[in-house]
Amino acid sequence: MRFMMLMIPKGYEKAEAGTMPDPKRVAEMMKYNESLQKAGVLLALDGLHPPSMGARVSFTGGKPTITDGPFTEAKEVVGGYWMIQVKSKAEALEWASRCPGSDNEVIEVRQVQEFADFPADVQDAAAGFSDMQSGAGSKTP
Amino acid sequence: MAATDAHQAAHQAIDAVWRIESPRLIAGLARIVRDIGVAEELAQDALVTALEQWPAAGVPRNPGAWLMAAAKRRAIDHLRRSKMAERKHEELAREIEVERKPDFEAALDNEIGDDLLRLVFTACHPVLSPEARVALTLRLLGGLTAGEIARAFLTPEATVAQRIVRAKRTLAEKRVPFEIPEGAELAPRLSSVLEVVYLIFNEGYTATAGGDWMRPALCEDALRLGRILAELEPNEPEIHGLVALMEIQASRLKARVGPSGEPILLLDQNRALWDPLLIRRGLAALERAERLGGRGYYLLQAAIAACHARALAAEATDWARIVGLYTELHALAPSPVVGLNRAVAISMAFGPAAGLEEVDRLISEPVLQRYHLLPSVRGDLLSKLGRLDEARAEFERAASLAQNARERELLLQRARTGG
Repeated sequence: MRFMMLMIPKGYEKAEAGTMPDPKRVAEMMKYNESLQKAGVLLALDGLHPPSMGARVSFTGGKPTITDGPFTEAKEVVGGYWMIQVKSKAEALEWASRCPGSDNEVIEVRQVQEFADFPADVQDAAAGFSDMQSGAGSKTP
Repeated sequence: MAATDAHQAAHQAIDAVWRIESPRLIAGLARIVRDIGVAEELAQDALVTALEQWPAAGVPRNPGAWLMAAAKRRAIDHLRRSKMAERKHEELAREIEVERKPDFEAALDNEIGDDLLRLVFTACHPVLSPEARVALTLRLLGGLTAGEIARAFLTPEATVAQRIVRAKRTLAEKRVPFEIPEGAELAPRLSSVLEVVYLIFNEGYTATAGGDWMRPALCEDALRLGRILAELEPNEPEIHGLVALMEIQASRLKARVGPSGEPILLLDQNRALWDPLLIRRGLAALERAERLGGRGYYLLQAAIAACHARALAAEATDWARIVGLYTELHALAPSPVVGLNRAVAISMAFGPAAGLEEVDRLISEPVLQRYHLLPSVRGDLLSKLGRLDEARAEFERAASLAQNARERELLLQRARTGG
């Protein structure tokens, strides 16, 4: 199963555009990332620029409205993520616990929805089976 | 209630720590005691201690180091008791000395890598049967319990447990050294390792037993093993080739099965369901393998899989390139099944007549006599050429050879229509 570990650094919601992480912290994180990689569990990871460089699109009344960051009402924002593949939620939590996090950081661990988690009607909709051709075409083994 | 929950949470945490730490633990101990059976017992003893202490005292800050320290104390006791004591004492004394040095952590990192490689090569040693290699590798490197392995392979747990016990005994009896093979020995031993990983993957990808024809958890186990190997031996192109092949094949897991569990063949799959993350990882691994100058068995298969992964629609497939890759694969590892796949690619690239010519060259191959895909492919090509009566006969023959009920049904239907 897959989990996303969302890094939430307190204060990042107010960070100025172009805020960059401290090189010493990056070195520590790289070591952690390497341990995930060596264990064969890391699928992807990314760090995100602060919200002051982003924007939000809301859909009130079915109409998209764009608001530039920073977002005054936001109490916490995501600063980056890891996507990992592990055997259990406990294993995901164990990996998250090994992160060299600092006082202001929180990691939220969330399981990625798998196809098999969906009920049949949602699976059909997600698979687009309704508009698929019933293929009896070429038989490449 | 709350206490039980806390207890349960602690147990789950210990399971997770075991899954993460046991390969390194067993590998490190095996170097000291030179017996992976004993190493596993010592590691498990350490785990039992953890089970006793952690629920009350809490999981330590560095659980891996805690387990290793506990296990090493036991290893020392074991060596003192055993006959090896005199011979090994000196070595162990040296080792404990090393641990006091400041750069120990860095040294340990390298050392752990080598220990893990020794463990992989030993668990996949050719003195063991393929089933034993698979079970031992999943147990020692995948951190799976005998019960988990048994469920994955739909085998009774007692059988798997027995298989593991016997495998460890065989390794001890045959005095298989706990070493990384060198020189001329390395290549065949590495292919034994890759074969085991791919066997595990394939059992998940096209299950040979049970009602479901895929067991994705096994694919994930194999991928994890492959990714670990790629980190341990980063300069070995075939490892990256195998990882690339598995990542790309796994990217299609969701698209390979229809709403009522029926298999959906590659060219009929809804490509929107292919996992772009795994495709991206697969293509990156393939590029890495090619950069290292590889042109081996797994790399070529990965390159073929990549041709499909890169095509946004089935019609956009670069069949001419696939023909070239199959030709290369066939030259490297001649097999009638590869030949048949090549014939299909030829028909897609250059038309059904060219494909049929190629298939007809394979008709006398003994291996293909009972292989339903030969008449199935032949029937398909004949049908495309408008030779419907001959096509019907081929589909009938294919249906009589097909093992899978759903496939047989489809072939009988084609036999009726000839199309």
